Amino acid sequence: MGYRAIAINKKDNVATALTSLGKDTRISVEIHDRTETIKLLSDIPMGHKFALQDMEEGDPVIKYGEPIGQCTAKICSGEHVHVHNVISRPKEEKYEEF
Amino acid sequence: MCMYIMLLADQKRRNMRSFEGYARGDGKAGTRNYVLVVPSVGCSQGAAQTIARGIRGAVFLPNILGCGQIGEDRGLVKRTLVGFGMNPNIFSVLIVGNGCEQLSADELGKAIASTGKRVESVVIQDMGTKKAVSLGRRIVKEMCAHAAKLVREPIPVSELILGTECGGSDYTSGLASNPAVGVASDLLVAENGTVILSETPELIGAEHLVARRARTPEIAGQILKTVAWWERQSVAAGQNIREGNPSPGNIAGGLTTLEEKSLGCIYKGGTSSLEEVISYASSPTKKGLVYMDTPAHDIEQLTGMVAGGSQIVVFTTGRGTPIGSPIAPVIKITANRDTYRTMRENMDMDVSSILQGSEKVREAGNRIFQEIISVSSGKPVKAEKLGYRDFCMFTVNINI
Repeated sequence: MGYRAIAINKKDNVATALTSLGKDTRISVEIHDRTETIKLLSDIPMGHKFALQDMEEGDPVIKYGEPIGQCTAKICSGEHVHVHNVISRPKEEKYEEF
Repeated sequence: MCMYIMLLADQKRRNMRSFEGYARGDGKAGTRNYVLVVPSVGCSQGAAQTIARGIRGAVFLPNILGCGQIGEDRGLVKRTLVGFGMNPNIFSVLIVGNGCEQLSADELGKAIASTGKRVESVVIQDMGTKKAVSLGRRIVKEMCAHAAKLVREPIPVSELILGTECGGSDYTSGLASNPAVGVASDLLVAENGTVILSETPELIGAEHLVARRARTPEIAGQILKTVAWWERQSVAAGQNIREGNPSPGNIAGGLTTLEEKSLGCIYKGGTSSLEEVISYASSPTKKGLVYMDTPAHDIEQLTGMVAGGSQIVVFTTGRGTPIGSPIAPVIKITANRDTYRTMRENMDMDVSSILQGSEKVREAGNRIFQEIISVSSGKPVKAEKLGYRDFCMFTVNINI
């Protein structure tokens, strides 16, 4: 069967739409060995991300198994995840741990 | 009965994950078996090209440097040319010198001969072009006759140094082809092989995440240092990679942060910890995932990894790229179905099935790993069939 969204790493809390997906669509996403069904809360254009779980403000957004940014607001499962609710961590902060 | 034993032996070999390669005297193993004709300087390039022309098994290296390099460039050029000669895909080497160049045929030859390979040289200023060409051709023909006698034998895949590269990327690269190559990289590392990740400018924005995967704090520090060097150089040249990235086009396509963009590229190295950071054109001293500091320029990067001992390279692309190395097979992989259709003569593998939802990343990764073994065992890639012989060295300073 064909999947219409992809999660790349088992740690990921977002998936990427492989085709444009409409609001209220129920999407099956295979995450490693399990398949989750997510109801979309907004339209997701092709190549854009949606949340696989609820996230709080300040939580890391995980793709490729790594934090690609942090939430600037509460994000619900199935919601569009993009520049309106995610920011990159500043360089200085990234380097702090080294 | 005999057939049964052969099948068993075949099975055993498969369990050990081996490829059919060429064993070298220094304990290394090649996926190809070339005689390399190296001009030590641009001035002897024409003669070197004529020497190699039409001789089966001989490959000419289009070097135009070797004189006029200053500072660390002298070392970079020497390391790159010597690295090509030392690469396990090379059987023997002929160096063609002019005579007065900075990097003499003698100096190059001595360094390459440390592998135990036969290395000869001809110098134009000693005899003129015609004599150098005729003598050179005689030597190369003789070397090729010897090379042709060598047969492939089973070699554990742990001997492979796999170069990984991406170029002409589009949205399919970060989503499908790079993650699939990442699976293949992890499989090779699990077999105790070596994988080279490179192109430092592409790390910018995700360098802290790569550094966190380093085996030791020293390695993490080296990663951040190489990224800082490239950032300083590009800012000095008037370009700040961190600003304006991801680009408005990237954002419209769904990329949210620079971390995300960079990780899409880096993921082709897989998920292993980073064992070492090596400078351009240097050989890995560790097994597993190693990082080579190279530009993102496709041919300079390819040249650096092959000079570092890569006997095979995987190259992902979205828009399509035709390039190939003179001495190492480069497997072209795309997840863009249109690109695969348009450039079938250039593309070796189509993994667009991942984006159609009909193949899992893991399955495509397994397929890539199998292809790495087949190509290492002699299956020609498209760039070899088309005769691509791209070579371009990375240098830092002006040539005087």
